[in-house]
Amino acid sequence: MKSVAIVGASLAGLSAARALRKQGYAGRLLIIGEEAHRPYDRPPLSKEFLAGSIDEEALSLEAEDEDLGAQWLLGTRATALDGPSRTLGLDDGSTLRADGIVLATGASARELPGARRLPGVHLLRTLDDARALRRDLRGGGRLVVVGGGFVGAEVASTARGLGMDVTLVQSGPAPLAGVLGTAMGRAVSLLHVDHGVRMLCGTGVQGLTGTDRVSGVVLADGRTVPADIVVLGIGSRPCTDWLHGSSVALGDGVVCTAAGATSVPGVVAVGDCASWYDPLLGTGRRVEHWSGARDRAPAAVATLLSGGTAGGELPRPPYFWSDQYGVRIQFTGHTGPADSVAIEEGAVDDRSFLAVYRQAGRPVGALGVNRTRSFMRWRRQLAGARVPQQPAVL
Amino acid sequence: MIPVCRLADLPRGEAFRLDTKPPVVVFHTEDGEFYAIDDTCTHQDASLAEGWLEGCAVECPLHASKFDLRTGQADVPPARLPVRTHQVVIEGETIHLVLSDAVPNLPFAAGRGPVAGGAT
Ligand SMILES: Cc1cc2nc3c(=O)[nH]c(=O)nc-3n(C[C@H](O)[C@H](O)[C@H](O)COP(=O)(O)OP(=O)(O)OC[C@H]3O[C@@H](n4cnc5c(N)ncnc54)[C@H](O)[C@@H]3O)c2cc1C
Ligand code: FES
Repeated sequence: MKSVAIVGASLAGLSAARALRKQGYAGRLLIIGEEAHRPYDRPPLSKEFLAGSIDEEALSLEAEDEDLGAQWLLGTRATALDGPSRTLGLDDGSTLRADGIVLATGASARELPGARRLPGVHLLRTLDDARALRRDLRGGGRLVVVGGGFVGAEVASTARGLGMDVTLVQSGPAPLAGVLGTAMGRAVSLLHVDHGVRMLCGTGVQGLTGTDRVSGVVLADGRTVPADIVVLGIGSRPCTDWLHGSSVALGDGVVCTAAGATSVPGVVAVGDCASWYDPLLGTGRRVEHWSGARDRAPAAVATLLSGGTAGGELPRPPYFWSDQYGVRIQFTGHTGPADSVAIEEGAVDDRSFLAVYRQAGRPVGALGVNRTRSFMRWRRQLAGARVPQQPAVL
Repeated sequence: MIPVCRLADLPRGEAFRLDTKPPVVVFHTEDGEFYAIDDTCTHQDASLAEGWLEGCAVECPLHASKFDLRTGQADVPPARLPVRTHQVVIEGETIHLVLSDAVPNLPFAAGRGPVAGGAT
């Protein structure tokens, strides 16, 4: 393999570039990124960076003296891929052929269907988004967060820390219910109540009001919640639209094997854009966590360099954290609506507990709230349980 | 040189935390090597003894920055500064430590919980 192009210059892309060099690849390396910025860390965008306690330099993912011997095409978007010939089309009209391609285009924040992007309305996915929101939050006022995901919850937490009046609106039964299940979603969302955030659950959003600037959020039941700033945290979509017609199979993201191979030889995918097959689930799952984007890159690269023959170990179970109101929330594994969940340690009332999710009696996930030590024990246990159980499951 | 524990008390794959000021952790890797570093992550107040030991690196139990036990360097943020490394000396059946006299890179709010996330 003499040339590799990585599409997407963020955590998954940078981790793939590092893994390529570490695994001995010495050929030409191109990194194509739509954003003009060098790779930066996204989790602080809703936390320390938004709060103003760290600056942009602290977000850099690269080491000071790091040199990967790569050619960076930043501010450049890939617009098409011809799978069989591995030729990329770029938005400057040029094309580029490579022996190997790593798809690492991540995800983008969803827009509210039908709503205009009035001033005062924000999405939060990129550094540019975070700069704009940080500037707006400095003016204070009433913030309405639409959506019950982690990013919205963290924005609510940070904005309360800045002394704003915050309302959280969401259509599900509780924030984070989609990821943690309803019971644990409720338990974790008590943090918002503790810190004086108004919560409106079980109500969708019809639209926004305002002419030169947003003035309110219209709920499904016709009520209007006044707002000076609105943050839409209504989920994300994998950045894979440009791959239609490429012969790379797409589902919810790029469809991959358990080691990152796509349906096209010489093309692998990793990070938020990729749906890797999980043998324990018996299906593919797009895992949108920081640690997956970093930790799965070496396996994807090994697959690429070996032409798909590298076996590779099962990746560790998914892990993510969220920091809200100074409380550490950690989750590992998978959970579905049919799983049971039990508090094994601590108590919800103390805002310090550890809960374990089980599927037909077998542990499949764990949630820790201010319980880092015992959470790690469960994380290891769930990781250990993955390998030996594999033959029995297959 | 300070005595830490007996060799038999620290099996491979495990960590031993010392209540020095600041606390230090000694790791015994799966390959049989011993390494010592400051126990507190350089990002926020997390104990690296509770982290995930893999090869000669430990992953912070919170935000998953990985520290190389030989150099103390972190791979990617949120941790940016290296943790201080210390020297391990085995004498007979006992593990000893020679503490570094470098300035430790302790997080801003060590001991007082995280600063970020808009704590009110
Ligand atoms: C505000 C926020 C807070 C978060 N907090 C946490 C947290 O606390 N814990 C946690 O585990 N995870 C968190 N995450 C998730 C984590 O940041 C992601 O899982 C991680 O960034 C995924 O990395 P990635 O490289 O796959 O994708 P991304 O980081 O999304 O990067 C993809 C890159 O590809 C570029 N790109 C897209 N399409 C193209 C194209 N056609 N051509 C060229 N370039 C393209 C994009 O511009 C982008 O720069 C958070 C995310 C956000 C947005
Ligand atoms: S506390 Fe260690 S990386 Fe954040």
